[in-house]
Amino acid sequence: MALVELRDIRKSFSMGKEEVEILHGISISVEKSEFVAMMGPSGSGKSTTMNILGCLDKPTSGTYILNGQNINDLEGDDLAVIRNRTIGFVFQGFNLLQKTSAIENVELPLLYAGMPKKERRERAKEALIQMGLEDRLYHEPTQLSGGQQQRVAIARGIVNRAPILMADEPTGNLDSKTSDEIMKLFKKINEEDGTTILLVTHEPDVAAYAKRIVHFKDGMITSDEINREVKVS
Amino acid sequence: MISMAEISRTAVRALRRNKTRSMLTALGIIIGVAAVIAAFAVGQGANKSIDEQIASFGSNFIMVFPDRSASSASGTVKYLTYDDALAIEREVSGIEAVAPMINTSAQLVYGNTNWSTSVTGSTPSYSLVQDREVDYGRNINASDVRQGAKIAVIGKTIADKMFFGEDPVGKSIRIKKVPFTIIGVLKAKGQNTMGQDQDDLVLVPLTAAQRRLVRWNTPGRISTIYIKGVSMNALQYIQNETEALMRERHKIRAGEPDDFSVRNISQMLEARRKTTAIMSMLLGSIAVISLVVGGIGIMNIMLVSVTERTREIGIRMAVGAKSRDIRFQFLIEAVVLSMVGGTTGIILGVFAGHALASLTSAPPIFSAGSIILAFVFSVLVGVGFGYYPAWKASLLDPIDALKYE
Repeated sequence: MALVELRDIRKSFSMGKEEVEILHGISISVEKSEFVAMMGPSGSGKSTTMNILGCLDKPTSGTYILNGQNINDLEGDDLAVIRNRTIGFVFQGFNLLQKTSAIENVELPLLYAGMPKKERRERAKEALIQMGLEDRLYHEPTQLSGGQQQRVAIARGIVNRAPILMADEPTGNLDSKTSDEIMKLFKKINEEDGTTILLVTHEPDVAAYAKRIVHFKDGMITSDEINREVKVS
Repeated sequence: MISMAEISRTAVRALRRNKTRSMLTALGIIIGVAAVIAAFAVGQGANKSIDEQIASFGSNFIMVFPDRSASSASGTVKYLTYDDALAIEREVSGIEAVAPMINTSAQLVYGNTNWSTSVTGSTPSYSLVQDREVDYGRNINASDVRQGAKIAVIGKTIADKMFFGEDPVGKSIRIKKVPFTIIGVLKAKGQNTMGQDQDDLVLVPLTAAQRRLVRWNTPGRISTIYIKGVSMNALQYIQNETEALMRERHKIRAGEPDDFSVRNISQMLEARRKTTAIMSMLLGSIAVISLVVGGIGIMNIMLVSVTERTREIGIRMAVGAKSRDIRFQFLIEAVVLSMVGGTTGIILGVFAGHALASLTSAPPIFSAGSIILAFVFSVLVGVGFGYYPAWKASLLDPIDALKYE
């Protein structure tokens, strides 16, 4: 059974009196340990799809089955539990808590999972070391470069050992050299830990690291194919 | 499930990140609680002091003194006289003792020591009414009064300040340049609750004061009359009878105002107790208002804080915070603010209470009850006014919150 399955997902927003549909029936299924890039111009619906996949948003109609569970039936706090246990997030703007050390930022998902402090520290430290930040544990976001901040964010995304890591334009605020470093980290996480990665981007260079590329246009999927030439470095 | 302790720690950390703002927010509560504590303590202190005064004066005690405002209106000045005192003693029943008194202040000289004090001329009844006994020597007796003897009984303070351990009895002292022989020293009474030294006085026979110290023109004129009733229950009766008798003696027609006034000590103190109660109620309500205003301040800042930290809330929700976790975090922030404010306010209130009380000379009384009450109230204010912002924070949509700039 697929880890992630969307069936005929539609999403509309009300703009004043009118209902505007921006997803016109998205269906996609992702297996465990896949590395999928979702591409498309802005307004193509890729980010909205990502939000639905991330249980941050609910579709207007359609079925979403995550890890064998039908998400349609779940409400606020149940979705919070799913986000906490099943999904790790990496955002374009890093979204780290300001005036809070790297390690405390990484601990956050574990805090809400109810893990005791000592264990939390250890796991957070491990994740930061994995991201090559062993000498930045107690730095605050303002003391870190963009690439370092994004690595803290990735550490936060993987610290809960969730089966899925979702990244929405993770390299959008980074230069190309740093982008490559970050993408290599994603690749490594996917290959070594078997974590499923769903990536939203509009840059072909970034998408090139994924094993599978899905194209979006005007709220529909236009192509969905295996990437024959996965970028190595 | 995240524990309360963890949420509290998160809340405290958030407050620490914004120290100045947190302190300013707590200030409303600090002032409110300090005001509550100080108002209660001063009020209770004042009440206790009034109780002590009642106890020290003896409550079955009536004073008669001339009312100058009335006599000036009618044109003629009417004084109390020694005969008035005798008439009261003779004609009003229920009386244990009547002490006519002349009060004046005078310069004392002994050798080359000077001392300025108050001198009271009275009769042997004085010691009954005022409950003053001699420590050594003897008290003024009836024959001293009859003869207008130039003798004096002095208080402990004067014995100490003018005689420095020497035995004053038998010594001659000059009061307003008139020599008086000291015949006794009063037992020390210490300070009264108003902070006045009750041992800084000289007693002389009423007649001696009349002839040698005040030299008033009106024959038999005295300053005041103190009356001691046989019991508390007799006081109202004595007061009414005395008033009637005095009106008759002073020939005051019906409808004209008294040229004297008769005061019952416990009535006076009761009146003061009422004033104190009104004062502390006033202070108390101001304090409650300022607590509520403090609470509104907390709500205001928490609302600003929720808006400002929308993105933080979004991040927390994205990584798995339930709306309950967010609600508790902000609620606890508000409660911690008000608790810190409450504790600081209590400490400040104790200082403020002492400072205020130094103006009224009645020491403040801080009861555990009022401190606990103020603290609990401040926590309730925190919960009450913190709930709305916390609830608002917990209702945020994670996507909107994450997009918030």
